[in-house]
Amino acid sequence: MDKLDTQASDARPVLEGPDIARVLTRIAHEIVERAKGADDVVLLGIPTRGVFLARRLAAKLEQITEKQIPVGSLDITMYRDDLRLQPPRALARTEIPGDGLDGRLVVLVDDVLFSGRTIRAALDALNDIGRPRAVQLAVLVDRGHRELPIRADYVGKNLPTSLRETVKVQLAEEDGRDTVLLGAKPTAAPDAQR
Amino acid sequence: MSKTLIRGAKVLGGEPQDVLIDGGTIEAVGTGLSAEGAEVVEADGKVLLPGLVDLHTHLREPGREDSETVLTGTRAAASGGYTAVFAMANTFPVADTAGVVEQVWRLGQESGYCDVQPIGAVTVGLEGRKLAELGAMHESAAGVTVFSDDGKCVDDAVIMRRALEYVKAFGGVVAQHAQEPRLTEGAQMNEGVVSAELGLGGWPAVAEESIIARDVLLAEHVGSRVHICHLSTAGSVEIVRWAKSRGIDVTAEVTPHHLLLTDELVRSYNPVYKVNPPLRTERDVMALREALADGTIDIVATDHAPHPHEDKDCEWAAAAMGMVGLETALSVVQETMVDTGLLDWAGVADRMSFKPARIGQATGHGRPVSAGEPANLTLVDTAYRGAVDPAGFASRSRNTPYEGRELPGRVTHTWLRGKATLVDGKLT
Amino acid sequence: MQRHLISAADLTRDDAVLILDTAEEMARVADRPIKKLPTLRGRTVVNLFFEDSTRTRISFEAAEKRLSADVINFTAKGSSVSKGESLKDTAQTLEAMGVDAVVIRHGASGAPYRLATSGWIDAAVINAGDGTHQHPTQALLDAFTMRRRLVGRDAGLGQDLAGKRITIVGDVLHSRVARSNVDLLHTLGAEVTLVAPPTLLPVGVETWPCEVSYDLDSTLPKSDAVMMLRVQRERMNAAFFPTEREYSRRYGLDGDRMAKMPEHAIVMHPGPMVRGMEITAEVADSDRCTVVEQVANGVSIRMAVLYLLLGGNEPAVTHSRTEEK
Repeated sequence: MDKLDTQASDARPVLEGPDIARVLTRIAHEIVERAKGADDVVLLGIPTRGVFLARRLAAKLEQITEKQIPVGSLDITMYRDDLRLQPPRALARTEIPGDGLDGRLVVLVDDVLFSGRTIRAALDALNDIGRPRAVQLAVLVDRGHRELPIRADYVGKNLPTSLRETVKVQLAEEDGRDTVLLGAKPTAAPDAQR
Repeated sequence: MSKTLIRGAKVLGGEPQDVLIDGGTIEAVGTGLSAEGAEVVEADGKVLLPGLVDLHTHLREPGREDSETVLTGTRAAASGGYTAVFAMANTFPVADTAGVVEQVWRLGQESGYCDVQPIGAVTVGLEGRKLAELGAMHESAAGVTVFSDDGKCVDDAVIMRRALEYVKAFGGVVAQHAQEPRLTEGAQMNEGVVSAELGLGGWPAVAEESIIARDVLLAEHVGSRVHICHLSTAGSVEIVRWAKSRGIDVTAEVTPHHLLLTDELVRSYNPVYKVNPPLRTERDVMALREALADGTIDIVATDHAPHPHEDKDCEWAAAAMGMVGLETALSVVQETMVDTGLLDWAGVADRMSFKPARIGQATGHGRPVSAGEPANLTLVDTAYRGAVDPAGFASRSRNTPYEGRELPGRVTHTWLRGKATLVDGKLT
Repeated sequence: MQRHLISAADLTRDDAVLILDTAEEMARVADRPIKKLPTLRGRTVVNLFFEDSTRTRISFEAAEKRLSADVINFTAKGSSVSKGESLKDTAQTLEAMGVDAVVIRHGASGAPYRLATSGWIDAAVINAGDGTHQHPTQALLDAFTMRRRLVGRDAGLGQDLAGKRITIVGDVLHSRVARSNVDLLHTLGAEVTLVAPPTLLPVGVETWPCEVSYDLDSTLPKSDAVMMLRVQRERMNAAFFPTEREYSRRYGLDGDRMAKMPEHAIVMHPGPMVRGMEITAEVADSDRCTVVEQVANGVSIRMAVLYLLLGGNEPAVTHSRTEEK
């Protein structure tokens, strides 16, 4: 989500393709472990890249449990607390698996956990859709700097960062390759609100 | 009375000459006239015209003094270079009796800025049913010679015929507002491409043209003279041209705004462009200019129609129709007719002074600029060019479509029978 | 920057597609147990209706409420407006109460445009139908309905209506729906044909980006959608056509005529229908008729428009004409 396209050259990879695959496998195992078989798990990815991660996690969970894992997407745009600070964004798809969320263990999946505001919005959105038994959070990267009392249940990599740095996740489905890049924020245009 | 010497003025646009005014009369026109005992106005190449005459002004008094009074209207007229205006009859009460026309006439006399010649209504209350006392109005102190239901059309063919016939007895003329009422029910703007898009009720050209066609034929049949107010379409021009070629005694006027503006402006939905007859198309504008140049259209008349701000500061359908025009008329005519080469200044004098005075029988107005004539004069700085600022208007109303628009020409001096009513652009 | 929706002609193709795509997501909210989004929380929208239109007002109101806006309904009837208060004063009064957007329905063509461009108020203006001029959200919901039915719900995302043949039948002269649809459908690449008796077509229609025909029967086989416009009874007395019977015989849609349409073609109507006049009950109640769908889609479209105009710090759609001045 951070804008980094222009200075990809001075951005440094912190996770490469194989690392990402390994990390996702580990998270899948942790989910099975903590959910005692993942029988009632529903994975909800937060667009855009969280959705791809959720699908990959679901595939891994299905390998482990040999069961069908419901996976969907949860667009949080209209629940954002910074809507008034920028032009309205195009909406992404919210896709709730057929059996709904009531009584299920919902695992939210996102690429980067930063301020926690996205997850706050996701929890609000969930509230309007159903009443899960519990909600957990899986992220590929936790870069710190939380602004809300929110933590992840499953973390691919803890990445201590400075606020002057940017973290960019690229995934094959969207960007043509798997990588996590750490770069410097352009000083000319400080991006006050992420 | 005092003397005034206008030095170096291009009389009717010709070579610079001096004009000496003594009292209410032009004493001499020539070069190197003596300035002895006279106040000198350096014309410095400005154009000197006979005082302009407007055959179509709405002064609103009595009844709508919130938009204009005889005093403010005549001040506006003097600012625009006019020395005589014909006040339309659609006041409250309607000028359909000797009493009302005398009141307006007297107010004009008192104003001192410009002669006011009241126009009498053709029918009682402008209702189109019963002839007003035309003879009584003619015999009143106001001496009415022009009759019009302007704002409304005398649409009943029999009433129109009778009016045309009746005024012959005292040499009057009926000025028709040509608008077929059934074809213009709910009409809001010219009917055409723009009205189709904007969803505003269409005002077809034929609603004007059919009445003009009828009335020139009626005038021919009864051997009367007829005057057509504010021609606005190319088709109307063709009909008048045909009528004149047949020898029918018809005269016609065009407003400055119909010489310049088109219905494209209505796209703004700004009611400042709402006027009756409506703004037409580019093609009509060009035909009107050509007709004014070749004499098919005899005169320019302002149809000065003041309205208070609130009557224009609203949605289109709710807004009043009309524009103020006295203070911008000459500039618009310069822009559309002189600067385009269609008319010289002698032609402007003809269309804005000589002929309107003749049609309306305004004694002492529309006379040549020569010795022995009444000193009704207008001095125009034709080199000037500037944006129209309604805040500077003498009129009580500001509903001009030209706000902010750059126009050429500025009237600097106006003399009414030798008395300056406007000096250096300021009313006296 | 202005934040208004005055005319369908102001929308670019990309704007229109963005609105349709957004409406597609909004439509999914209707399937949820809680049909509400917090998006416009704290924003106040007034529905300023100078003309009776319960349907349109309710549709806007539902959209506003689903987006959590505070809604004020102001109907001119029985208010100070009927006592001569002007549009300007009414609007300024409402704005003084802190209104962020005005949804206006007015009998005078151009009233919303005046409201948006005269400097009377700062609030966003959304045209909910003005005189015989425009009704842009109606055109958007019609286009949305067509895209769903003719292209597909998911397949339609990001798509316009290129090459679709749309026939609009009836009182075009007095119809803001027809004007808005011609503008928008043309922008979206559709081929529009207007069918009406010549008396019910405006002078100047020949310059519109569409075809014009007086013959319904020859147009039907070449139509992917046929939109029937309501014929108001008051036109009867104004000699636009001889009798109701003759009108419905020549321009009404009945079962026989519907059979001439291609298999996939749909019948649309902006409502309310005059059954037996422009449309027979048989057609109105058939599953090819999308009237009820159009109503549901109206809420989604209006949610999308409200979100895109009010959801952020500036509108997401660009406007050409409205902003010139």
